[in-house]
Amino acid sequence: MNMEPFTQVRGIAAPLMATNIDTDVIIRIERLADMSRGNLAKYAFEALRYSPEGAENPSFILNQPAFRGSPILVAGANFGCGSSREGAVSALLALGIRCVISSSFGDIFYGNCFQNGLLPAVVSEEALASLARESSSSQKPTTVDLVRRIVISPEGVEIPFAIDALRRQALLEGLDDIGLTLKSSSEIDAWQAEDRKRRPWIWTQTMGTKEGLA
Amino acid sequence: MPQTLFDKIWEAHVVRDFGEGWALLHIDRNIVHDLSGPPSFKELLERKLPVRNPELSFATPDHAVSTARGRSGESFPMGAKLYGALKKASGLAGIRFFDIGEEGHGIVHVMGPELGIVLPGATLVCGDSHSCTNGGLGALAFGIGSSESSHVLATQTLRQKKPRQMRILFEGKPGAGVSPKDIILYALARLGVGAAVGCALEFAGEVIREMPIEGRLTVCNLSVEFGAKYSLVAPDETTFAYLKGRPYAPKGALYDEAVSAWRALFTDQGASFDREEVIDLSSIAPMVSWGTSPGQTIAVDAAVPDPADARDEATRASYAAALDYMGLKAGMPISEAPIDWVFIGSCANARLSDLREAASIAKGRRVAKGVTAWVVPGSESVRRAAQAEGLDRIFLDAGFEWRESGCSMCVAANGERVPPKARIVSTTNRNFVGRQGPGARTHLASPATAAASAILGRIADPRKLA
Repeated sequence: MNMEPFTQVRGIAAPLMATNIDTDVIIRIERLADMSRGNLAKYAFEALRYSPEGAENPSFILNQPAFRGSPILVAGANFGCGSSREGAVSALLALGIRCVISSSFGDIFYGNCFQNGLLPAVVSEEALASLARESSSSQKPTTVDLVRRIVISPEGVEIPFAIDALRRQALLEGLDDIGLTLKSSSEIDAWQAEDRKRRPWIWTQTMGTKEGLA
Repeated sequence: MPQTLFDKIWEAHVVRDFGEGWALLHIDRNIVHDLSGPPSFKELLERKLPVRNPELSFATPDHAVSTARGRSGESFPMGAKLYGALKKASGLAGIRFFDIGEEGHGIVHVMGPELGIVLPGATLVCGDSHSCTNGGLGALAFGIGSSESSHVLATQTLRQKKPRQMRILFEGKPGAGVSPKDIILYALARLGVGAAVGCALEFAGEVIREMPIEGRLTVCNLSVEFGAKYSLVAPDETTFAYLKGRPYAPKGALYDEAVSAWRALFTDQGASFDREEVIDLSSIAPMVSWGTSPGQTIAVDAAVPDPADARDEATRASYAAALDYMGLKAGMPISEAPIDWVFIGSCANARLSDLREAASIAKGRRVAKGVTAWVVPGSESVRRAAQAEGLDRIFLDAGFEWRESGCSMCVAANGERVPPKARIVSTTNRNFVGRQGPGARTHLASPATAAASAILGRIADPRKLA
């Protein structure tokens, strides 16, 4: 699908520094089994945001008045580990989060972010710790600038973040991967024709019909 | 230049090289299920794009279907729409759909290997992070989200960046009562859950070479808990023998031709990895998790760790939060924790060998009073094979529930959940907060440990009931 291009986001950054925050915690799978997906904002981080009785947990960062509606999360290492559910990215977007800054991300979650126009910015552990400190104590906004590939901390410190050139370009232009790849259809045709000779067993046993089991 | 197994498979699938490690990779096999499939098909439909190679895709509903006896695809109301959408879209596209109740139905990572859909040296994707399971057969298999799944359906390729590579060598013969699940849980406890973020993981060493395929699938299943999207075991005679005669595996002369190509699939002497670890298994015990991350795991006869002993402030905080959620006290022997539930199932441990392992402990015994114990076979074929050898009788006589195949309580997407604060020993792969239901307290373990715990009503060492 065509995404909204991403160039820059500016706002209060919320520090959520526990490590290994998994996609089950970001959004429960049962909330995704409902195909309409209209209520994801309500259910994002529900185990952390609400008590078992359903009341808001006042100590959770995104429930605190200063950080409610933050467009940027500063998160502990290995953010988004676990399940491949793309709904985790949709749930963050539904909450209004456009960028997550961490020192590392779950691989599949990281890839899913780019499919939906959410920027996962990778910074060093030291930079992450100082961003978390500044975000906790400062009322000033953080800027994430994809054009310059830098985070500007609340106190104005410029921190570079890592991102592959291909991915940066796709986000900046809101490019559609499927559309791009379809332009290579003839290359795929040629590759497959060659492969049918090279590895016939990949192709001949898969009939996509009941007879395959016979 | 010497190459790793991963290099060889990757290179063989590059349709187009974009530079800087990026490639358009051909995808040989795509398995779609009821949660990830419908949104992917919906995107294609909206864009009026056809499925490019329906003969390379396979579908089965596993996540959001009930596992109650006598269930249908619609028994779980919220999943009924997903089930219907997957079935309809597969039919329209000409994709083979393995329906409830027919051989071939099951958890995606159980039915794939069992049907021979998964082949050495092939690339395989599925909208599920435990797709790495299939690396146990030497396939380059990985989990993707629904957007990438649409990309595969439309183009039979994916844009991927070559990851870093890591190898774990398992050495030393583990003692009796130690299963492949214990081995991988031990490795997670040793190396930590972030050890392989951004890496493809290869498992090797004598222990892996001697391990049957189903054990290798279990080991690879949990590789994503290290952060590794891909994991691999080099295929060998054990692999070739396992695949021979499976419905979708090559047959006759084609099988021989395939095997001779598969024999080249190994890591060359001298190939280099970004990280290598050697793990000695000679003195390990059955393992059980105590916390809310798969790396928070100890020996079944050990004590729950004390946050005060943690190496840094962040670890201390995460230990304290995990103990609080799990309702455990620092320093208590884990075996003193009384349990309410046992779940034997999932893509980690619901194959025939797993059920045999659990049944050998359950045989002639009774589930402790107050414990609800479920056995959910990984596929229709596993269920039938287990029944043919009487395993269902052993479980039923012991007071376990014997159910139909599916993901069930591992991920609780089908309404089958553990109640809040209930303690469960589960043969699954994730003990995350709320994974098996809000407030559920999950202890990951092997089938034998789960069965022993069901019998004793607390976390138990299976070696004492062997």
